[in-house]
This record gives sequence, C-alpha cells and structure tokens, in this order.
Amino acid sequence: MNVTVKRLDQGVAIIYVTGKLNLVSAGSLREAVTETVDGAHPRISVDLTGVDFMDSSGLGALIGGLKTARQAGGDLRIAAPSDQVKLVLQLTNMDRVLTAYDHAESAYANG
Amino acid sequence: MILTVILGVNYAAWRWLFSLNWDAWWIAIPLVVAETYSIIDVLLFGLTMWRSRDRSSPPAPQNGLSVDVLITTYDESVELVTSTAVAARAIRYPHETWILDDGNRPEMQEAASALGVGYITRAEGWKNRPRHAKAGNLNNALLTTEGEFMLILDADQVPVPTILDATLGYFTDPSVALVQTPQWFGNVPTGDPLGSQAPLFYGPIQQGKDGWNAAFFCGSNALLRREALMQLGITRYVTEVETEVRSALRRADRVLAMARRAPGGNLPIVQAALSDVASAIATARLAVAAGEPLGHLTYGLQQIIFEISRRMVSIDLHEASLDLAVIRELSRGSGGPHLELADLDGGLDALASRDLSPLAALESIQGLLRSIDVDRSSEAQPLMPLATISVTEDMATSMRLHALGFKSVYHHELLAIGLAPEDLGTMLQQRLRWAQGTMQVMIRENPLAQRGMSLAQKLMYFSTMWSYLSGFAALVYFAAPVIYLCFGILPVSTTALQFFLRFLPFMVANQMLFVIAGHGVPTWRGQQYSLALFPVWIRATTSAIANVVFHRPLGFVVTPKTRQDHGTRWSLIGVQLVTAGVLAIAAVIGVIRLLLGDDEAVGTFVNLAWVIFDLVILSILISAVRYRGFQPEGPSAR
Repeated sequence: MNVTVKRLDQGVAIIYVTGKLNLVSAGSLREAVTETVDGAHPRISVDLTGVDFMDSSGLGALIGGLKTARQAGGDLRIAAPSDQVKLVLQLTNMDRVLTAYDHAESAYANG
Repeated sequence: MILTVILGVNYAAWRWLFSLNWDAWWIAIPLVVAETYSIIDVLLFGLTMWRSRDRSSPPAPQNGLSVDVLITTYDESVELVTSTAVAARAIRYPHETWILDDGNRPEMQEAASALGVGYITRAEGWKNRPRHAKAGNLNNALLTTEGEFMLILDADQVPVPTILDATLGYFTDPSVALVQTPQWFGNVPTGDPLGSQAPLFYGPIQQGKDGWNAAFFCGSNALLRREALMQLGITRYVTEVETEVRSALRRADRVLAMARRAPGGNLPIVQAALSDVASAIATARLAVAAGEPLGHLTYGLQQIIFEISRRMVSIDLHEASLDLAVIRELSRGSGGPHLELADLDGGLDALASRDLSPLAALESIQGLLRSIDVDRSSEAQPLMPLATISVTEDMATSMRLHALGFKSVYHHELLAIGLAPEDLGTMLQQRLRWAQGTMQVMIRENPLAQRGMSLAQKLMYFSTMWSYLSGFAALVYFAAPVIYLCFGILPVSTTALQFFLRFLPFMVANQMLFVIAGHGVPTWRGQQYSLALFPVWIRATTSAIANVVFHRPLGFVVTPKTRQDHGTRWSLIGVQLVTAGVLAIAAVIGVIRLLLGDDEAVGTFVNLAWVIFDLVILSILISAVRYRGFQPEGPSAR
C-alpha cells in the first residue's frame, strides 16, 4: 500500500491510498490521518480510487481516522470506492455512516 | 436422553397439576418452581448432549499465516508472566509474542525487552475514559498488532510448543472465527478441594455446544480471527452510533424546553439561538428517518451548532464589555480614586456570577449536542471488537460472532496449563466474577432476544446463564426439609408411593444421562459446588441486576494468581455454616417429632435423607476452607 497526502486550503487535505488497504497497511493509514489532522488539516478526504482491496481492518482505520478528525472539529470523507470496497461498506452497514463521494477533490465542495 | 425428557416432563406436569399442597402454598409454590427450574436445567443439559461432537484433528495449517500470541496481565508477578512468555516464544509455528501489561509496569517492560517479545500498554486515548478491564486491554492491542490470527493467553497459562500447529488448521474454513481449547490447572491436588478443574465443561459441555456450532469463547487458550473481530467491531460501532444519535435526537425536545426555562432562557438572543438549534435538530431528525448517512448529517448539525455558539460567545463578549463600561462609568461618577478599585471588584464579581449570561443558558444543552456525533467521544476507541458489556467479555463476544454468522470450534486437547486459585477466598471472588459477568450478559443481551443465531445456539447460551440461577433453587431445597422436619408441613400432597413412582425414574434417568454424557469424567465436585456456593450465585444475580438496572458498581476484582494468606477464614462460608446448623437441628427435631408420633415415618425418612444429602453437599466447603495451597506430590517435589 502507498499513502500520499496533498494539503489544500481551508484545512482540507486529500489522502491518496493505493494498493491493498488491509490489516498490514491499516496502521500507516491511521498514522497518516493523525499527522495530517495534527498539522492543522482536519478536513480529510480519502481517495480510494487506487484501492483494489479493503478488509475490515482497513475500514477500521478509516473509522479511527473519522474519530480523530471529528475530535479536531473536522471530518473524514471517502471518495471513489471500488465495487469490492462498496461491498465491504454494505456488509458492515458502514454505508449508514459514511457517504461515498464521487471525487476526493470535491468532497468538501458543499461545506 | 429422550427417556429423561419424557420422565422429567411427566414429573413436572404431575407436580403442578395434582400434587400441590395449597394449604402450605408459601412453601409448595417455591418448591415446585425450584423443581421446574431444575427440570428445565436438565432438559437444556440434555439438548447440549444431543449432538455432542468429538472432532478429529484439523487439516495442517497453511504456511505463512501471521499470528500474534497475546499474553494479558494486570498485576501478576513478573516471574509468572515471564515463564508464560518464554513458553509462548517457544511455540513452534512462526509468530510474534506480546505482553499486554494493563499494570503499565516498567519492570515488566524490561522483562519483555530482555526476552525479545513485544510490550503493549494502553494508548493515550484511554486516559479518563472507561478502561473496560481485559476487554479494553485486548481491544487496545488489536490496534497495535496486525496478525491475521491471535492466540489469547491469561498470564498464568503456559502453552505447549505445538499449540498453533494443532489449531490453526481449523481456520482453513474462512467462516471459522474462534478455536477454543481447554483450560486445565497444574497446581490442583488429587481430590480438587476447590473444584478448580471443570472437566464437565471443558469436555462434554463444550463438545455438546460445539455440535450446535455454539462452542463458547472462554477468555484464554483460544485463537481468534482478526477479520471476524474487526467486522464485529464495525457492525457494533454502526449500531451503537445509530442508537446514540437517535436517542439524543429524541431527548432533544425535552432538553431544549429545559434550556428555555433556565435562567437567561427568556433573553431574546437566547430564544433565537435555541429556536435555531431546534430547527437544526428537526432537520436532522427528518434526515435520519430518510436514511441519510449519519456521518454527513451529524457533521452538518455540529457545524450549525458550532456557528450558533460562536455567535453567542461574541454576543456575550460584547455584553461583557458593555457591562465593564457601565462599571467604569459608575466608578468614575462615585468620586475618589480609592473607591474605584472596590467598586470595580464588585462589578467583576457580579459579572462572573451573572446567571443571565446567554452562554450559561446554552451550556445545559452542550452535552446533548456533543453526543449527536459519530466519533463515540465517550470511548477510547470507536471500535471495541471484544464486548465491553460485561466483566466476562468472552461469552458476549462469541455470542455476537455467532450472531454475525461466524463459526466456532472446540478443540478438545490440552495445549496450555495454568494456575488455579489456591485458597477459598480467591476462588470465591473468581466464581462471583464469572457469575456476575454471565448475568450481565443475560440481562443486557439476552441470547433469546438476539437476531442471527439459530434457536439451538440461543439455547446453548441461555443454558449456561440459566444454570447460574441455581442459587435460588438451592435456597428452597434447603428450606423445604427444614420446614417439614420442624413443623410437619409437607409441600407435596400425595402418598409416598405416588411420589416415588414419578420422581425416582426421572432421577435415575437424569443421573444416567450425567454418567453417559460425562464419559466417566469426575462431575461430583462440580455438582457439589453448584449447590454449595448458592450465596455466591444469589449475590451475583442481585449485584448484576443492581449494576445493569441501577448502574451500581459490581466491585470488580481481578483474580489473584498467588495465594492470599489469611489463615482459616470461616467467615467466607458463614451462610453455609448457618444453613448446615439449621439442617442439623431440624434433623434432631424431626426425629423427636417422629418418636412423639407427630409425623408420618416415610415423610421423616425422606426428609432426613434429604438433609443428609444437603449436608454432604455442603461438607466440601469444610475441606475447601481448610485447604492450605498446592503441595506438589511425589518424590520429585521440592
């Protein structure tokens, strides 16, 4: 898995994830979110375009990041999930909590 | 087995319909209820035995699985944990070993690094939040480790090197979430005075539950699949967030009304702010009802609320500066400079204690507003895969895994050896905790009311909980013979022949079921304790109800692994000693009454036999309270 962060204005940052988001890589995503939030970018948008597989640990890292961001007054949003990722969201009912946006860049377009 | 069921039902029907002594209803009813309780207990036991499953060995594990061995400790000695960690490190299948030290002890950390094993303590987020004992310890470690599978060991459970080779193969089936192996204790002498070994449970009962795909997780010597736990954690997170948000939105109207009545609530700006909040909440409610994702919805709501309170703060500050101006005006008007300071002080005091502040009016609803969020801010981690609803997290966790559709396995092979309590006081604490934990689950998440499990699975969980209610039945079983022997009142209205014709066949079939099911494992000690510890079971039930319903603390204690030395503590079994005394006195009175010709001979003999049986049951406590700890047997002993 590979994680890169792009910081934008108004506390927004995009985290691009590629590869497998699973039990091995969950920790690095959690760290990336914490660092970004601590660096005054609490409004995070995670671009999942490059994620070909996500397991429950990967989703767990997203939820952990959501908590970190919310406690700093921000948010964590996800964008462009693959069909497999969508399926995981449905199976765990996480689609009741997270909205999947079409594009990471426009996830905060409406506030 | 079918015979036991038929005879049991026959006996129960006859007792209810034809043999109640209504003249002595105050003992007749409790007795027949207690008997019915016991018959249901036996029926549930029969159901457990129905599909008892003796598994053949699993396929060999694949190579290259990632496994963590987690040793949980709180206050056990460094030596004890070290010996477990050394054995854990020596497990043959490649793995990583971790010590999960909830005691946060530097000397334990040193020992871990000397051994070259991992060391984990609670993360920052756990400060000032509920710690959830062992469940919290494991949930914390789940975020630090990343193995696909984890073997959980209590600090005293020393594993054999083949423990993973013997069990990992079960996970070839992707729906298997849990493999439980037996718990056995190496420091228990022949005769087992404290009833530490549970050969009936870690044997026929677990094998029976396994037959229904309901083998329990028992906290230690068990393997878990991370993916299953995380899935469980996530679905629970969604459920709990949804419940929290909905209940906060429901409470909102009442809290807003309170805020309007609070001092300052009638100020126009406060009124305006409150009505803004109210309309935001109304919108949120509609969105929840329409099934909109909660993340987006709560974020919007929090932003609006943040905006409103910021507006209030600026108004408040503005008013404060106006007040200061007034005060300054006053002090200037009052003349001499020596007065100015005192007046200013008074003014500031008035300002600080101002209960007309619009902010104060909003404060009362802050807590409510804060809880309409998806971050589970009251908990250290949003995900708590190991259940935190009970002091015994294990049973609740496996029940939830079963409800999600995962399978469990009971592997009947001794793969770790532990240390049992060596004195009655510690043993009683341990049993109390188990019973309390089980009752908490029974009240909070009654298996019969859960979705996702088969009826048999529900009954397997219910069966264990049901058996912990035996304390109340025992009370009646002790009281009934005493009442007959002392007052000649018989709760059963029948002839002796009628009674024996129905009771004896059932009793014989029942005992045969135990013998057959037990495959010759010693079950008598267990039977003795299940009756003799009746005060513990009763206290567990009442304290669990007080805890769940009235939020009273349970008085949670970790079982000490070393002997507590207090001499012979007769007070621990005071209730049982008094009971035994009453039984003995009743026996004497019964004999006297018989000699005087007051009672029927058969009735007295039955009740005397009953008293003797009760006394034999209670006698185990005498050797238990006098037990001085384990002395290794044989010439090799130190």
